[in-house]
Amino acid sequence: MTTQTQSQPEKRLSDMPDEHGHFGQYGGIFVPETLMEPLNELKQAYIHYLQDPEFIAELDNDLSNYVGRPSPLYFAERWSRELGGAKIYLKREDLNHTGAHKVNNTVGQMLLAKRMGKTRIIAETGAGQHGVATATVAARLGLECVVYMGAEDIQRQALNVYRMKLLGAHVISVESGSRTLKDALNEAMRDWVTNIDNTFYIIGTAAGPHPYPAMVRDFQAIIGREAKEQIMTHEGRLPDALVACIGGGSNAIGLFYPFVDDMEVSIYGVEAAGHGLETGEHAAPLCAGKPGVLHGNRTYLMEDRHGQIIPTHSVSAGLDYPGVGPEHSWLKDIGRANYVAVTDEEALKGFHDLTLTEGIMPALESSHAIAYVTKLAPTMDKDQIIIMNLSGRGDKDIHTVATIAGIEF
Amino acid sequence: MSRIKGCFAQLKKENKKALIPYVAAGDPNPEITLDLMHSMVESGADIIELGVPFSDPMADGPVIQKASERALIYGTSLTDVLGIIKSFRETNNDTPVVLMGYLNPIEVMGYETFAQAANEAGVDGVLTVDIPPEEAADYIPVLKAAELDPIFLLSPTTTKERMALICKYASGFIYYVAVKGVTGTSALDTTEVANRLDIIKQVTDLPVGVGFGIKNAETAAAIGAVAEAVVVGSALVNLVEQNAHALSNAEGNKKIITEISKVLLSMRTALDA
Ligand SMILES: Cc1ncc(COP(=O)(O)O)c(C=O)c1O
Repeated sequence: MTTQTQSQPEKRLSDMPDEHGHFGQYGGIFVPETLMEPLNELKQAYIHYLQDPEFIAELDNDLSNYVGRPSPLYFAERWSRELGGAKIYLKREDLNHTGAHKVNNTVGQMLLAKRMGKTRIIAETGAGQHGVATATVAARLGLECVVYMGAEDIQRQALNVYRMKLLGAHVISVESGSRTLKDALNEAMRDWVTNIDNTFYIIGTAAGPHPYPAMVRDFQAIIGREAKEQIMTHEGRLPDALVACIGGGSNAIGLFYPFVDDMEVSIYGVEAAGHGLETGEHAAPLCAGKPGVLHGNRTYLMEDRHGQIIPTHSVSAGLDYPGVGPEHSWLKDIGRANYVAVTDEEALKGFHDLTLTEGIMPALESSHAIAYVTKLAPTMDKDQIIIMNLSGRGDKDIHTVATIAGIEF
Repeated sequence: MSRIKGCFAQLKKENKKALIPYVAAGDPNPEITLDLMHSMVESGADIIELGVPFSDPMADGPVIQKASERALIYGTSLTDVLGIIKSFRETNNDTPVVLMGYLNPIEVMGYETFAQAANEAGVDGVLTVDIPPEEAADYIPVLKAAELDPIFLLSPTTTKERMALICKYASGFIYYVAVKGVTGTSALDTTEVANRLDIIKQVTDLPVGVGFGIKNAETAAAIGAVAEAVVVGSALVNLVEQNAHALSNAEGNKKIITEISKVLLSMRTALDA
């Protein structure tokens, strides 16, 4: 990789996707015909408004005054010292309104929905964070909001289900398939096909058919843009490594994207190894899956030898997804980013580590990134720098953590 | 001449409309499908559309989703489905068979391998729900080289420009999705369908089949008055669901076959009236 920094590549990595939403062989639009025209309309609106100064001004205003941006870039001094290697900075997306990075995207898509004159909002959710972030912005505009959530996830994320209801959303339990995030996405697509005239579908991660992966990335890229500026202020130079957890890949691509052309910055995406990659019970398509087509795009998937999508496992509902955003598949294949996986057990240890050393209680999703930093930092020099995306706060997971520890309230 | 083309040519000569039943292969168990296919032909089916079960059938309503789930309990794979068609061809060399399913099982098998195997099994057409022509530059030629008709959907949201594009790649027949929605949706507006068919006819000479929302003999006849073919799916799969687990497999299968035959016969009669 380092040799490539000398000669400027003809096309920058950040120029992707092409106009049809392809990142190399990944991405694209693989949907039933009924969705082709609505996706085209969405693409036109996205291209138009993301260059419209008035739209951008309104978005910036919402991000500052409603979401609370910029989020701090915090030097985790004690944790860095304990690990005995690189200096670790945390991008504090947990401090956003609603407690995760998800709201960056919902604020943006909701503004598009408003511009497009849609009156009904739908979303899928796994951990419930995206559902909450969607219900939040819908409440603010007084729009009808329907959130699809797997029956399994409704069980493990009861608190977020109640939050969505308090915010006025209808939460629909999805009983089909494996009753988790992937099935909620199917169900939301079916709703959208049926109600395209008045409905805007806010996808919660950088996956799905074009333009969603690019659009969600662009709304989340505020994370990386801020981090770049902040690290220049703190350290006067770019970081040596970026680390983020990967469910569908939105918080990760949000951090990575503004750095993809900076070849001196190493990139690490951390998937959920669940009970261990060797057990098959995990949610790590990039580490242990194969390319295929699901949910409107070509990407790495977890599938059986007949092409059926297989059940995933992770202690963290937000990572429990058999696919991944297509840009990550491409970054993997061209060798620009490294994808690794950590187990449930390692992630839980990461949760406790950060809580005890820094007084910051992370989401279990983010705890996967923490667990990998715990391995990476000690292999680096003391003057090197890691930026880790702390994608969300852990309040929603306290019940899960307590249950695993054998504690009942 | 392909079986599908031959079938429509023959029907046209007789001034008749095609009746195209859809069932999911392996639903509710792998034993039923071969017998069901033969019985559907006896009850008036002109073309059989066989669903290939998929774990994530994004375009299907609850009825066909559950059909996929039932078939997958037995692990009915694309290879199994081709095996069933091969058996069907041992005694029926006339009735066209169209596969309807999603891309991923085909990707995993490989386009070439799939097309070859499908041709050898006696498949005539392939409707891949989630691949629009824009993504199918590597796929359509492989199907055509194996003498498989690529069947495409048009929907109420398809613009006239897209219709022309799609019809350029399609052969066999065009499948018009009569409603904005998933399979099994109820509201079907015959006048609206007729208007759309007029536009489709301006861009293609291919026969048009209409599906999604045909429930009974009455709707079948209404659509048959304006289109060359009617496709009926969820109404039949519903009958599978109702009789799937009430009885032993053998008795249940017999009941399902009888019930589906009854509905098809009534539709046949209404279409021919
Ligand atoms: C806090 C948090 N981090 C990460 C994720 C994973 O999603 P993505 O990979 O799109 O960032 C989720 C999803 O719910 C989440 O809630």
